[in-house]
Amino acid sequence: MAVTTMIGARIHRREDPKLVTGHGSYVDDLRQVGMLYMSVVRSAQAHARIKSIDITDAGKAPGVVAIYTARDFKTMISGGLPVTESLIADKKYVPNQFPIAETEVVYFGEPVAVVLASERYQAADAAEQVQVDYEPLPVVVDFEKAMQKGSDKAHSDGPDNIAWDVKFPGGDIEAAFKEADVVVKERILQQRVFPLSMEPRVVMANYVPFGNQLTLWTSTQVPHFVRIFLCFGLGIPESQIRVISPDVGGGFGSKLRPYPEEYLAAAASKLSGSPVKWVETRTENLQATTHGRGHIFDIEVAAKRDGTLLGLKVTNLSDNGAYVGVFGALQSALSLFLAPGCYKWKAFDGRTVGILSNKMSTDPYRGAGRPEAAHLVERAVDLVAHELKMDPADVRRKNFPTEKEFPFTNPLGMVYDSGNYAKTLDKAMQIVGYQELRRRQAELRKQGRYLGIGLSTYVEICGVGPSAATDHVSGSISLVESSIVRVHPTGSVTVAVGTHSHGQGHDTTFSQIVADTLGVPYESVQINHGDTSDTPFGYGTYGSRSLPVGGISIYKSCQKVVDKAKKIAAHMLEAAEADVVFDQGRFHVKGSPDRAKTMGEVAFRAHQTGLPDGMEEGLEAVTYFDPPNFTWPFGAHICVVEVDPETGAVDIQKYVAVDDCGNVINPMIVDGQIHGGVAQAIGQALFEEVVYAEDTGQLRTGTLLDYSIPGIGEIPDLELDRTITPSPTNDLGVKGVGEAGTIAASAAVINAVVDALSPLGIKHVDMPASPDRLWKMMQEARK
Amino acid sequence: MKHKVATTVNGRRHEHEVEPRLLLVHYLRDNLGLTGTHIGCDTSQCGACTILVDGQAVKSCTMFAVQAEGKSLTTIEGMAKDGELHPIQQAFWDEHGLQCGYCTPGFIMAASYLLSQNPNPTEDEIRKGLEGNLCRCTGYVNIIKAVQTAAKTMGGAEAKPSERAAARRS
Ligand code: FES
Ligand code: FES
Repeated sequence: MAVTTMIGARIHRREDPKLVTGHGSYVDDLRQVGMLYMSVVRSAQAHARIKSIDITDAGKAPGVVAIYTARDFKTMISGGLPVTESLIADKKYVPNQFPIAETEVVYFGEPVAVVLASERYQAADAAEQVQVDYEPLPVVVDFEKAMQKGSDKAHSDGPDNIAWDVKFPGGDIEAAFKEADVVVKERILQQRVFPLSMEPRVVMANYVPFGNQLTLWTSTQVPHFVRIFLCFGLGIPESQIRVISPDVGGGFGSKLRPYPEEYLAAAASKLSGSPVKWVETRTENLQATTHGRGHIFDIEVAAKRDGTLLGLKVTNLSDNGAYVGVFGALQSALSLFLAPGCYKWKAFDGRTVGILSNKMSTDPYRGAGRPEAAHLVERAVDLVAHELKMDPADVRRKNFPTEKEFPFTNPLGMVYDSGNYAKTLDKAMQIVGYQELRRRQAELRKQGRYLGIGLSTYVEICGVGPSAATDHVSGSISLVESSIVRVHPTGSVTVAVGTHSHGQGHDTTFSQIVADTLGVPYESVQINHGDTSDTPFGYGTYGSRSLPVGGISIYKSCQKVVDKAKKIAAHMLEAAEADVVFDQGRFHVKGSPDRAKTMGEVAFRAHQTGLPDGMEEGLEAVTYFDPPNFTWPFGAHICVVEVDPETGAVDIQKYVAVDDCGNVINPMIVDGQIHGGVAQAIGQALFEEVVYAEDTGQLRTGTLLDYSIPGIGEIPDLELDRTITPSPTNDLGVKGVGEAGTIAASAAVINAVVDALSPLGIKHVDMPASPDRLWKMMQEARK
Repeated sequence: MKHKVATTVNGRRHEHEVEPRLLLVHYLRDNLGLTGTHIGCDTSQCGACTILVDGQAVKSCTMFAVQAEGKSLTTIEGMAKDGELHPIQQAFWDEHGLQCGYCTPGFIMAASYLLSQNPNPTEDEIRKGLEGNLCRCTGYVNIIKAVQTAAKTMGGAEAKPSERAAARRS
């Protein structure tokens, strides 16, 4: 392909040909000579003392090579799993998590032993024969009860179940409430959900005895991050550990932390002297891969009679599970920092309490805190509209900052870099035919039919993160992203990055940026990621940060390359550098475009003699990019539903999403991200909920038979459009889009359901709005 | 006790001695090295493991390898011919019908069965025909488009109604 303008083009993904032909390489597709299979014996109890573990029978089972318990691993692994220091000053009780239980199990599915065997089935068989004798302890499931004084404890040696209790005040909340004509209160639940990437986690470890070298293949979003913690845990120098994450079959936040099984497989390889592979079953994935959400929000909203919003109070109770997630507190913090949404409030008051219970940890799930924030504030605005009998669109519009008010600072000091909220709302309302829908709704209501229209005008935060802003919550982690851009002598380009795609199409998007910026053919650009041995350190892919942080790092490296190339070209053209123009991959002297050198020619010269005096050979650059601010995507989603008055079934009739993620590199990929995000939020809004038995703490939604994610029949056609408000925060004006759909959509769906049922006097519906829940609510309301 | 199993997979003959309980999907992946067929669950819900057995779409985690004795199987690796993508593969690529790609082989195989039975399906028929497959990335919007595009390029749109009816009956 000739040099063209790639940025903004709908380029088909270069990742796809191998994936559609079955030639992807996910970790379970790889193997090592002499490899053993590892099976993990998991706790069948939610909370119990381990009295003994009997491995006699299991040890005699066919093919078994070794069985290890905590006692063996203690010789090999030190410390515990990391917990980022968010809110650390206020942390009260953060139990240390060793990768495998020794004396006490604290959640159903916690590892208690591992079995190594020659074959897959042998390992699974033998694991069943490991006998663990448990003495049951009181089980803590209801996390609201767990915060009360005198509650049973999730860890028998803990002081209580409170991981943190922190306040986030923003302005004079009492004054705001004094001014109010109306105050509405609501309890809004954010049920636990499974992230449920279609590829479960898989780990393969190969420790080379006597060489002290470890290679670990793992399905992760954060290979460099995993390597750091394996280095700490196993005491192997970081330089001797290579973490490889090849194709990753989805993550959605559930693969962005080091996991117990990564430590265990690595240590088991070291203990046994053989390569070891562990493949998570779906059943294990539901028990032992982190869950998302899991909060209660109590909100209070103060407003004036004309719809002016005044004050918002939010109390967040967060169900951490037995161990505080690696990023556990961050989600609660984000849910509060973004709770003001895209509205002008006089004051805000937030409090978050992190609570331990005998369940799997909660950690980020697509959006991590922002879907929770958007859901609560979008519900809050609708509650106000309902109370004041105003159209929810009018209440929103009345309280948006205008375009001129950007950068806009919310009550907690977050500075939204750019926005035009009314524009996305107008566009969405026009596409959906809002006024006509309202007329139709009134007609149908007369016939006893429940049509509902739900709005969600969200703002979110992407591009973590500016180190200045994240320093105090991340424990001095800088959250920069890195890149190396290297132009080879013959002009092709290798780019190495610290981010790691797991379905987002980075190879394509990043190549588009490089091709345009260097003016080289798109096909000549190679993107390397996911292997710590040939990529610079990076924090990985999450928080919609890969483009606004990683992508900008690449752009900056390309600029540095162009700067050097220009010097060389000037030398070759015997012109002053200031007179040389770079255009579409060619350097020429101002006014004479025919006398030109291509990037390829310059690259060749860069590796030859005849460079400008004192210049080093080579044409490459490195950038560690620390953005000056976050980026702030926003948009307006409108969902239209009809609720069956007899069964409570929700039929989504129309879904319109108008998003603004700044400048777009590849519109096809951006739309795909919105589709997927919206679908996941529809799943949470209507279908999904993790359920643990109240008395035993057993996982009741333990297979895909008991937990349903949306299938192809459940997601309607999604009508997308966008506005473009470039971000002033970075050179390309981009913002990130990986989570926007999930952040926006649950509120749109639930607002539509509530709107549909409002003739019955129903003001709020919790998720999932299942037929069962709605039927009961309708029965109750009709009494 | 091992049993002999002889199959033809993507046109090539294979013979192995296997445990009777070995799942077909593990046979394909571990014994034949055909790792394009994926595993996404342990309760036969996700369809990531879908292949064709004598032309019928089958979740290969629901069959034992020994049950494939004498049968002709097609996996995702058998779809592209002579360096050319199969039209369904091409359509998934063109329409951005995949993101992480983990569910994709299963969807392509299920779609290929659907189109063999119904070369010109309506949107509803596509939704019905692929209800045994789960995708967590795409929201299905572009998967539906991909199947529609594939139907067009494969000539389904032009197929005579009588042929379609015949195809559906067979
Ligand atoms: S692996 Fe066969 S249906 Fe899920
Ligand atoms: S593309 Fe990732 S599960 Fe379908």
